[in-house]
Amino acid sequence: MAEIAQTPEGLVTTPEKTRKPESTLSRIAKYTGSRMLSLMLTVVLGIYLTVLIANMGGYVDTIRRSLIREFVSLAVAGNPDLPNMTTEEITALRESMIEVEVERQGLNRPFLLRSFSYLGNAMALNLGRSENMVSDTGSRLVRLIILERLPPTLVLFATSNFLLFFVGIVGALALSRRYGSFMDRVIIALAPTSAGPGWFYGLFLILIFAGLLGMFPFGGMVGAPPPANRLDYFLSLLRHLTLPLMAQIISSVFLAIYTWRTFFLIYSNEDYVELARAKGLSDNSIQQRYILRPTLPTIITTFALNLIALWQGAIILETVFNWPGLGRTLFQAINLVDTPVIIGSTVIYAYLLALTVFLLDFVYALVDPRVKVGSGASRA
Amino acid sequence: MRNFLNTLKQLRKYPSAIIGLVVIAAMVLFSIYVIITLPYSRAISLWRGGENTWQYNPRLAAPTWTNLFRARDLPETIVLDSTDERYPSDINKRSETLTEITTTYEFDYFYDDFPREITLFIRSTHRTKAPSISLTWLTPDGREIRIGQITPKNSDSFRISLDETLKRRLGGLNPEVGLFVNPEGDTQTAVEGTYTLIVSVVTFEPESEVTTTFVSYGKVHGWAGTDHRRRDLSVALMWGAPVALAFGLLAAAGTSLATLIIAGVGTWFGGWLDDLIQRITEVNLILPILSILIMVGTLYNRSIWTMLGLVIIFGIFGGGIKTFRAIFLQVKNSPYIEAARTYGASNTRIIFQYMIPRVLPLLIPQLVVLVPTFVFLEASLAVLGLGDPVLPTWGKVIDDARGEGALFNGYYYWMIEPFVLLMITGFGFAMVGFALDRIFNPRLRDI
Repeated sequence: MAEIAQTPEGLVTTPEKTRKPESTLSRIAKYTGSRMLSLMLTVVLGIYLTVLIANMGGYVDTIRRSLIREFVSLAVAGNPDLPNMTTEEITALRESMIEVEVERQGLNRPFLLRSFSYLGNAMALNLGRSENMVSDTGSRLVRLIILERLPPTLVLFATSNFLLFFVGIVGALALSRRYGSFMDRVIIALAPTSAGPGWFYGLFLILIFAGLLGMFPFGGMVGAPPPANRLDYFLSLLRHLTLPLMAQIISSVFLAIYTWRTFFLIYSNEDYVELARAKGLSDNSIQQRYILRPTLPTIITTFALNLIALWQGAIILETVFNWPGLGRTLFQAINLVDTPVIIGSTVIYAYLLALTVFLLDFVYALVDPRVKVGSGASRA
Repeated sequence: MRNFLNTLKQLRKYPSAIIGLVVIAAMVLFSIYVIITLPYSRAISLWRGGENTWQYNPRLAAPTWTNLFRARDLPETIVLDSTDERYPSDINKRSETLTEITTTYEFDYFYDDFPREITLFIRSTHRTKAPSISLTWLTPDGREIRIGQITPKNSDSFRISLDETLKRRLGGLNPEVGLFVNPEGDTQTAVEGTYTLIVSVVTFEPESEVTTTFVSYGKVHGWAGTDHRRRDLSVALMWGAPVALAFGLLAAAGTSLATLIIAGVGTWFGGWLDDLIQRITEVNLILPILSILIMVGTLYNRSIWTMLGLVIIFGIFGGGIKTFRAIFLQVKNSPYIEAARTYGASNTRIIFQYMIPRVLPLLIPQLVVLVPTFVFLEASLAVLGLGDPVLPTWGKVIDDARGEGALFNGYYYWMIEPFVLLMITGFGFAMVGFALDRIFNPRLRDI
């Protein structure tokens, strides 16, 4: 039905195109421009919403004001000159100090105006300073806090995502060659286990391997104190990494294999694959040239989107395993209402996502000759 | 409709779907049973009852059935009350003001392990002169141990297991061990048999009355065990079922129905409306949803209904909208819609009576697959400490267990029980959902 519905439109548009041939360059330029514009707009909107929510629509200001009042009152109470001052003088001193502090934090400007300067700074990746959180090196720069927490997240999730991706695709290819086999049915039966998130299996693994067997630590990234020796450090890291890595893999590997297997099976029923089989090509070359090649765009998309999802880590998995990564930092930031850290983390994620979506369009065109950039059949 | 029933019949071909359906049916029946036998208000007051509601429950007790797998039987809780007719009080009036009341508590103890704590609760109606109470302990092997003497307040409790003088008298053993062990024999096992506690009270006011309750807290309790606040976990485990089902089903149904309608409306009218919906979907893609939920939970309100609302709002403009849009685009161009348009059917009529019912069957597998996601989402929020402040849920039990280091301290039952229930529920829906997906999705049917 889909083909019938689309054919007339195709017939109408094709002659028009031939009449007004557009150069590839201008088409790509036009497409790139509009795509960038719409993606930028998306990012701006997304970040502005985050700014609003992270500030509770301005309510966080009230909290900040009362905090300032509390701190200043404490400071004034500790003033050694206090006994020599009258009540009015004390009040005047306190109010003036509060005013200075309010001004220093920029709270005297209305929230609406400030929300736009938050947005502007965020868009310019000018992440500023945190309000409460401090990096391990003692810095308050949001950039440093994020950079410091990035490596642990990368270690955990890059490892697990790469493993999942390759195990998923290799396993799926193997299964799609002999579907209906015992292994195939086992994987199908196990696919629903992926309904449970990583932390859920993490708790179970902690119970068995840390609680009952005592083989692996309960959490953390390296032993305390961290081993000085490089090799020992690496081994300790490996020991701590095992359980969260296993949790992450168990929670998605069966679904990944199942999905890819189904996907490959759909493609291996295409006529051109049948033809290749009839020609007597080897299984390997059929797989590489006739199944993997046309599915490459989808594989690349999944891989790219998985890589970006890394950025946010997994808030709960990291919390459950006490893993000092970005996810746990974000959770801490939210608990401390540390708006700059929340916004900083979101803005980088938004940029990465937008950039990837943007680049993917061109990657499609590179790997798949059927796709033309800006030809209207693009997919987001 | 007949088509739909036919597809349901196909479910029989999938054993996993049958298991899943049985699980779902069992869960629904269990939820109904829970709501009837343990009404909401009672469950809440039990769960949030504080120390007094649960004062006769042991702390951190494993479920009773775990004794089946243990070499050493752990004791259950023994509660003996002086108002009970089985423990008659011997009242002896010595003078106008002086009365002697003696209560003899006899109880059988046939466990290998020792109680967790021993406490005597005392309620006295004296005005100014407090009575004097002395306790004597008789073991099955005929030893007599003086526990001590106290002058209670009107409502008091004598924590026998925390009494330092008694501990010294028992040779440094904790009283809950020392009172049950044979000092000459095996010090690891309690002496089995009938123990006697003699509570003799002397009151100094004519109207003064004293009642006592002796509690030997066990190490196992009920079918679910108890937590660090002596609460019976069965309350939370039972009420977790209707809450999880309601949250999962409402969120899944709300999200997918709203998505369907919005995709339908957008596709039908097309133009700027369709564009707007597409843009909103893209913005939504960038928003960190879990972070927003956590922010709202931390800053505004942690009620499960707020979370449900947010989950639905963010879920509406999710990936589902693109799938439905693609299907609606096909439906929009099909001849029967063309016909409806020709005879002047209104937009609402076309969208709600012709387009949406056509796509409805495709909604069902998606809806079922979504349920476990939301069930686990509720648990995830609870594990971050953002569970509903009032409702007892499985996620909150896991959170409590994690907070108290249940895995580290070996209280495995505490974590395993909600874990297994969550897993059963999640897998039940997921298994049915996967089978439905293969039936409704013609491309997958033979694969």
